[in-house]
Amino acid sequence: MISEDDVKYVAGLSRIYLQDHEVGSLQKDLEKIIGYVEKLQKLDVTDIEPTSHALPLTNVFRDDEIKPSLDRTETMKIAVDQRDGAFKVPKVIE
Amino acid sequence: MTTTQTQFETVIGLEVHVQLSTHTKMFCSCQNIFGEDPNTQVCPVCLGLPGSLPVVNKKALEFAIRIGCALGCKINSFVKFDRKNYYYPDCPKNYQISQFDKPICYEGAIDIPTEDGTHKTIGITRAHLEEDAGKLVHADDCSLVDYNRTGTPLLEIVSEPDMRSPQEAYDYLQKLKLILSYLDVSDCDMEKGSLRCDANVSIREMGATEFGTKTELKNMNSFKAVRTALEYEINRQHKVVLSGDKVIQETLLWDENKMMTVSMRSKEAAHDYRYFPEPDLVPFTVEQSTIDEVKHHLPELPEPKLNRFIDEYKLSEYDATIIIQERCKANFFEDCLKIYPDGKKVSNWLNGAVLQEMNARKSEITDINLTPERLVELIKKVDDDTISNLVAKDVLGMMLDSGKSSAEIIDEKGLAQVSDDGALDALIDELVNEHQNIVEQIKAGKDSAVGFLVGQAMKKSQGKANPKKVGELIKRRLLDG
Repeated sequence: MISEDDVKYVAGLSRIYLQDHEVGSLQKDLEKIIGYVEKLQKLDVTDIEPTSHALPLTNVFRDDEIKPSLDRTETMKIAVDQRDGAFKVPKVIE
Repeated sequence: MTTTQTQFETVIGLEVHVQLSTHTKMFCSCQNIFGEDPNTQVCPVCLGLPGSLPVVNKKALEFAIRIGCALGCKINSFVKFDRKNYYYPDCPKNYQISQFDKPICYEGAIDIPTEDGTHKTIGITRAHLEEDAGKLVHADDCSLVDYNRTGTPLLEIVSEPDMRSPQEAYDYLQKLKLILSYLDVSDCDMEKGSLRCDANVSIREMGATEFGTKTELKNMNSFKAVRTALEYEINRQHKVVLSGDKVIQETLLWDENKMMTVSMRSKEAAHDYRYFPEPDLVPFTVEQSTIDEVKHHLPELPEPKLNRFIDEYKLSEYDATIIIQERCKANFFEDCLKIYPDGKKVSNWLNGAVLQEMNARKSEITDINLTPERLVELIKKVDDDTISNLVAKDVLGMMLDSGKSSAEIIDEKGLAQVSDDGALDALIDELVNEHQNIVEQIKAGKDSAVGFLVGQAMKKSQGKANPKKVGELIKRRLLDG
């Protein structure tokens, strides 16, 4: 069972701010989704390797060679606010 | 420790983050470099921009395997990356790419020395690759973020909770750093943050099998700070338990100025990282042949080297321990021994006068203008009585300042010992005239008075008279005549 508190907790983890009326419908949706996944729990998967990736590829590497970084003027264009070349954000420590 | 405290046992586990000194970052080709202007070493991958994709740096993987082999770890043949989800401005993607259930290395160990001269084995649970986060600076009114450090390759080395005192934790860190320094995988500089250590600590009643509630200590910027912080925190936990309260599981920051641990009070949400496989990176496999290859190319590690130096060069354990503290110093020592047979003498120089010069210049042995050949040449000048040991130490300083050889300096400054009978006789003439009473004492059989005259001779000759020779000549003149 998914409670309303579960919905609020999960939303909080992902920084999603819900209106009160949204919580109820999301609770039903989440229950359906979890219920569907729970069907899979009934299968015996003892000898099956967990799939860690959908692509049949391994060992994709890059050599340790430096390439130029972005120009800071370009980078800082995406900053909502900035100071002394750094991204300025609300204070995160008391 | 008070009697009430001895009923408790301390349990410590350490997490060490080592920044790998690859040229580029873990998942992109930005330069992996410290100390640049903020946000100048970043690209769309570092910034977590939509559409950017990470690609694993092959070198970082090799370094991780090298460290794993040196720590006696098993290397996983199947390795994957996972997302560790958290929201904090040091991490623009809102997840850190790390390894959850398939770390590259697991089940290793480090031996630390114990007081009774034996060893204690500290288990290493795992070592996994991950990316570093950005750097936050907290101003009065805001926090400022620099993403240069974002994506720096890190190996997180997690120990078993095997340590029972702050000193054991300190010894473990020293040993780990020593091994790492031999592997050329990190500059291991705590001041630059290349080596960082978090400590988990709890106490339990002596004999208990369950662990007590632990606290996690962060923000220690030296091994000594780790030890002091642990001492403080253990003491604090004792007080909490003895007053009837319970230790709360929390993250504490070490405040070096106040010398105390303080609650972090971060606005980061409770830890619920919801790990899942990183879909942007395919898994990788490590062949046994690759591991064998890495093992084959491992340098001689500190401990085997220590034992060999004691065995092969007849060094004391103390001398050998100091020499192997730095790989470049150990190499220097061995290069000297290729052209000079006396290991004890070379180690006395390296651990004495040379070390003093290194400290005075705040430099490594490789940066002080000294080659093994030059040092051996200097030692030989003492061996053949060209200069005294004392003068040789001054000559060493001048060699390092000028880059000249000992022969050149002795020649230029006229520092060679005077051993010539004629010159010394003239010197003794003066002394005999000036110190008649001492002469009488010597003639009366007071042997120690000879030493006084030799001392005066050294003074008059500004250290250049050969003291052995002067002593002999004085005795010959006053006693045999």
